[in-house]
Amino acid sequence: MIRDTTIGSKLWAAAIWATVGFFVLNLFAMIATVVTSSFATRWLGTWLPAGWTTRWYSSAWSEFQLWDVLVVTFQVIGAVVFISGALGVTAAYALARRDFPGKRLLVLLFLLPLLIPSMTFGIPLATVLYQTGLAGTFWGVVAANLVPTVPFVILVMIPFIEQIDPKIEAAARVFGANTFKLFVYVLLPLLLPGILAALLLVLVRTIAMFELTFLVAGPTSQTLVVALYYSVFAAGVRAVQSIDAMAVIYMVTTLVWLIIALRFVNPTQIVTRAKQQPAH
Amino acid sequence: MDAVAHAPAVEHGPSLRQRLAARGFDAVTLLVVPAAIFTLLLFVYPFAFGFVLSFEPKGGGDWLANYRRFFSDPFLYETIANTLRLAIPVTLVNLLLAVPIAFRVRLMRRQRLLTTILVLPITLGTVLVAEGLLNYLGPQGWFNRTLLTFGLISQPLKLVHNYWGVFASLVITGFPFTFLLTLSYVTGIDPALEQAAATLGASAWQRFRHVYLPLLMPGFAITFCLSFVQAFSVFPSAVLLGEPAGVTRVISIAAATAAFEEYDYSMASAIAMIMGFVQLAIVVVVLASRGLFYRGPASGAKG
Repeated sequence: MIRDTTIGSKLWAAAIWATVGFFVLNLFAMIATVVTSSFATRWLGTWLPAGWTTRWYSSAWSEFQLWDVLVVTFQVIGAVVFISGALGVTAAYALARRDFPGKRLLVLLFLLPLLIPSMTFGIPLATVLYQTGLAGTFWGVVAANLVPTVPFVILVMIPFIEQIDPKIEAAARVFGANTFKLFVYVLLPLLLPGILAALLLVLVRTIAMFELTFLVAGPTSQTLVVALYYSVFAAGVRAVQSIDAMAVIYMVTTLVWLIIALRFVNPTQIVTRAKQQPAH
Repeated sequence: MDAVAHAPAVEHGPSLRQRLAARGFDAVTLLVVPAAIFTLLLFVYPFAFGFVLSFEPKGGGDWLANYRRFFSDPFLYETIANTLRLAIPVTLVNLLLAVPIAFRVRLMRRQRLLTTILVLPITLGTVLVAEGLLNYLGPQGWFNRTLLTFGLISQPLKLVHNYWGVFASLVITGFPFTFLLTLSYVTGIDPALEQAAATLGASAWQRFRHVYLPLLMPGFAITFCLSFVQAFSVFPSAVLLGEPAGVTRVISIAAATAAFEEYDYSMASAIAMIMGFVQLAIVVVVLASRGLFYRGPASGAKG
């Protein structure tokens, strides 16, 4: 490793760390503002609120019907995780194991929904879903959320499947395993860490997926993040603290899953697709 | 593909199934079909449908009526300029911050804590960041209060419900995304190349300029494109933190208004197509100019 020891490079390093520190400080202060406000009785023009209370949580819970919203949110997420896992892993297996004409085109097809922002393809998608009557329903929201998650699972799983030696599968075949047995007893145990990582990433991304859900959700199929958007949008109708309490509930929901996910995945995987990891 | 499937079966020689398998089509390949059909139905079909629909105006008129309306109404066509005014500076700021920081973090042994912190705003999402910044950057928020206490300003800065609110939210959610992408490109370059340059007496700036930069240019171009298209499709923070009727009336607001307030899906599709086209145009320009910088194989030296 090369280390520069000139004064210029030390100043440069200090400037870089100061920038990082400034960013992280503002990020935490922003989160702390929301949390503080949600526990505040009255907070106007002072550093800290006049008093502390937890009543905003119960009022937010009843005002925004958070129980119903949370149930819908987790039903949507559960369906999205399950379906994208089933469709994604099978497709990734085929793409990892076989080489066929048109494969590059197919990979490009799966890459596009990840590269094109959801707002751009979300509007035509919502139009189609409104015309078929699927928009506003539970399955409409699930279908819209699956558009980026299925390709995401495929692209995360391809390198993972490629690193599993095909000879293991051949050996299982030699000993008489049929396709089902091969899948359940050989592939599934080997792929489980990869599937778990991919599905946790899908879960974390789906909780925060605003645009697609916003474009197709109806009043009974809103997820938590869309409900939060509408309450901030209509700010002034409700107390600020009540909205902040809802934001904290949303944050906690997301962060619990983020912490679980981070036990299994590298944080950079949330942004980039999985790099080929060396086999342990 | 079809030509192979419909080839007449020959009596002698390998069967159709064997010949298909030799080209890579067998039962395993078919596993890709459900996901492919799904993507065709819910991604390609809507795009094609929206494209056709955009040429069938709701209020009658000829096939270009939607596009003509967009480019003749300043309230609509100015959204492109508004969005570009936000997206391009934000992307440049994010990239210019991300590159030196990624070069410094690359040397760290424990990167995980920092990457975990930076992943926070991405996972929390734009809506929560907008809601948090609304309090934090507001006239009574901690940010202004700190600046006032240190005497840097005499009265609170107006940072929300204008351009700078959206700018700040795009930096908070966009910077970590840009940084993590940049970091994955920077760590992908073989350090032996830099060591070789240092051995030959190159200074830090020369090593960056003549060794890393040419190798990283393709990666930076892709990072720029991905960060730009994200910033260009900004929606929740432009509504919540910006001035959605004025300076931050971005193109996605125009599209959402057409779809959900005017119920004119034809116009909304036209705006979405224009949005996609502008994104594509910028991406093509950036990827094309990448060729000007490219100077040799981007992979590391042989060991």
